[in-house]
Amino acid sequence: MIKIQDLRKSYGKVEVLKGISTTIQKGEIIAIIGPSGSGKSTFLRCINLLETPTSGHIWVNEAEVTNPKVNIMKVREQVGMVFQQFNLFPHMTVLENITYAPIMVKGTSKKDAELRGRELLKKVGLSEKESEHPVRLSGGQKQRVAIARALAMSPEMMLFDEPTSALDPEMVKEVLEVIKSLALTGMTMAIVTHEMGFAREVADRVLFLDDGQLVEDASPTEFFSSPKSKRAQDFLEKIL
Amino acid sequence: MNLDFTQIVTSIPYILQGIGVTLKIVGVAALIGFTIGILLALCKIGRFKGLKWFADIYTSIFRGTPLILQLLLIYYGTPQLFDIKVTAYSAAVLAFGFNSGAYISEIIRAGILAVDKGQLEASMALGIPYKKMMKDIVLPQALKNILPALMNEFITLTKESAIVTVIGVTDIMRRAYIVGGNTYRYFESLIFAGVIYYLMVIILTLIGKAVERRMRRSD
Ligand SMILES: Nc1ncnc2c1ncn2[C@@H]1O[C@H](COP(=O)(O)OP(=O)(O)OP(=O)(O)O)[C@@H](O)[C@H]1O
Ligand SMILES: [Mg+2]
Repeated sequence: MIKIQDLRKSYGKVEVLKGISTTIQKGEIIAIIGPSGSGKSTFLRCINLLETPTSGHIWVNEAEVTNPKVNIMKVREQVGMVFQQFNLFPHMTVLENITYAPIMVKGTSKKDAELRGRELLKKVGLSEKESEHPVRLSGGQKQRVAIARALAMSPEMMLFDEPTSALDPEMVKEVLEVIKSLALTGMTMAIVTHEMGFAREVADRVLFLDDGQLVEDASPTEFFSSPKSKRAQDFLEKIL
Repeated sequence: MNLDFTQIVTSIPYILQGIGVTLKIVGVAALIGFTIGILLALCKIGRFKGLKWFADIYTSIFRGTPLILQLLLIYYGTPQLFDIKVTAYSAAVLAFGFNSGAYISEIIRAGILAVDKGQLEASMALGIPYKKMMKDIVLPQALKNILPALMNEFITLTKESAIVTVIGVTDIMRRAYIVGGNTYRYFESLIFAGVIYYLMVIILTLIGKAVERRMRRSD
């Protein structure tokens, strides 16, 4: 479970998150939607402290990550993240990408890590690519490896920051399929996305951010059919 | 024109032996320089202000004064301050090592900063600690990018090493000079030394290109 209380973030004088509070239950799938620059990425990145919140509190399970005494590395082990730009390690093979962190961070034996890595590669449909380097993969394949890499740490929760935005249209589906199958396993997820159809289908809840504020927090049916705020109405009108 | 290369033929083996001396100085100095360079670069990009300061001042001094001054200071100056004897060879290796450390640290620093920020974020998100991230994720990528610049530094070192002549190390340069003096054939022996240096540089360049090509292939 993730609890967020009055989260604020400023860059210099500019406040980009203006007091956001919400709770994400275990197993819940959250879609985060909003115009460009509204603070979606910043919000997500505050959860695993890639950005340091200016004020407010975040709890991941029992640990308050905003408490300076908490070991943030331990928290990050529990929160997997998938980036728009994949960020695979280019000098490692696909399998090494996946096994590096379990071996070096969690102390898993190489044998076990590789066993689990191959299992995950099978799950994302890339078994035959384990010895390739990332440059040899298509965007969709890279992103699936990135998902497998995050899953290899057995996280409690997964964060996705526009996982399909850097992909050619024909590769979006294969990545969304992997995320959907992950949803079926009961993984807790927060996904920043512009894929409205996907959000409607998969999410339990939609968070609509605008100008650093959480403007709507509703079920997908509610949000897409009868958005309450003017800002959400305008946004949906523009993109649908 | 008074030119006669046959006059130095018997001295050629003697001059050639200088290659080993030169390579030994350059090789060891490069290792020292590389080690110092990595450490200084890590200090420069690190969080500790004191270390950053130290690294910046170190670099500034070694780049801002003549190499030959640094060499003479180490060779003649150190025994005066501390009661120890510094051999010409160790003075040469230390001076070149310290000096190239300053240059290499700048090359490595730039290489580290050029590594995509996404790599750091992905590492952090996976909970990879700073040291391991540097060693296994950042440095390997940085070194690959800066390989040509490092090779250049190594080539410069090879050529510049000729100034160890002034403290009496019998490298290629010194030997050519001695032969020139003995035979009164300075031109011939110095040209011969020049050819050796030039060939060494060409070979190093080719090796560098080959290594680079191999690294390219791996991605
Ligand atoms: N490191 C930073 N320094 C200064 N300003 C920043 C920084 N990162 C983000 N911002 C600003 O914060 C605001 C929110 O950015 P954020 O990336 O969270 O938006 P977003 O909703 O993810 O947008 P997009 O859909 O384009 O990805 C933007 O105005 C952005 O310019
Ligand atoms: Mg974003």
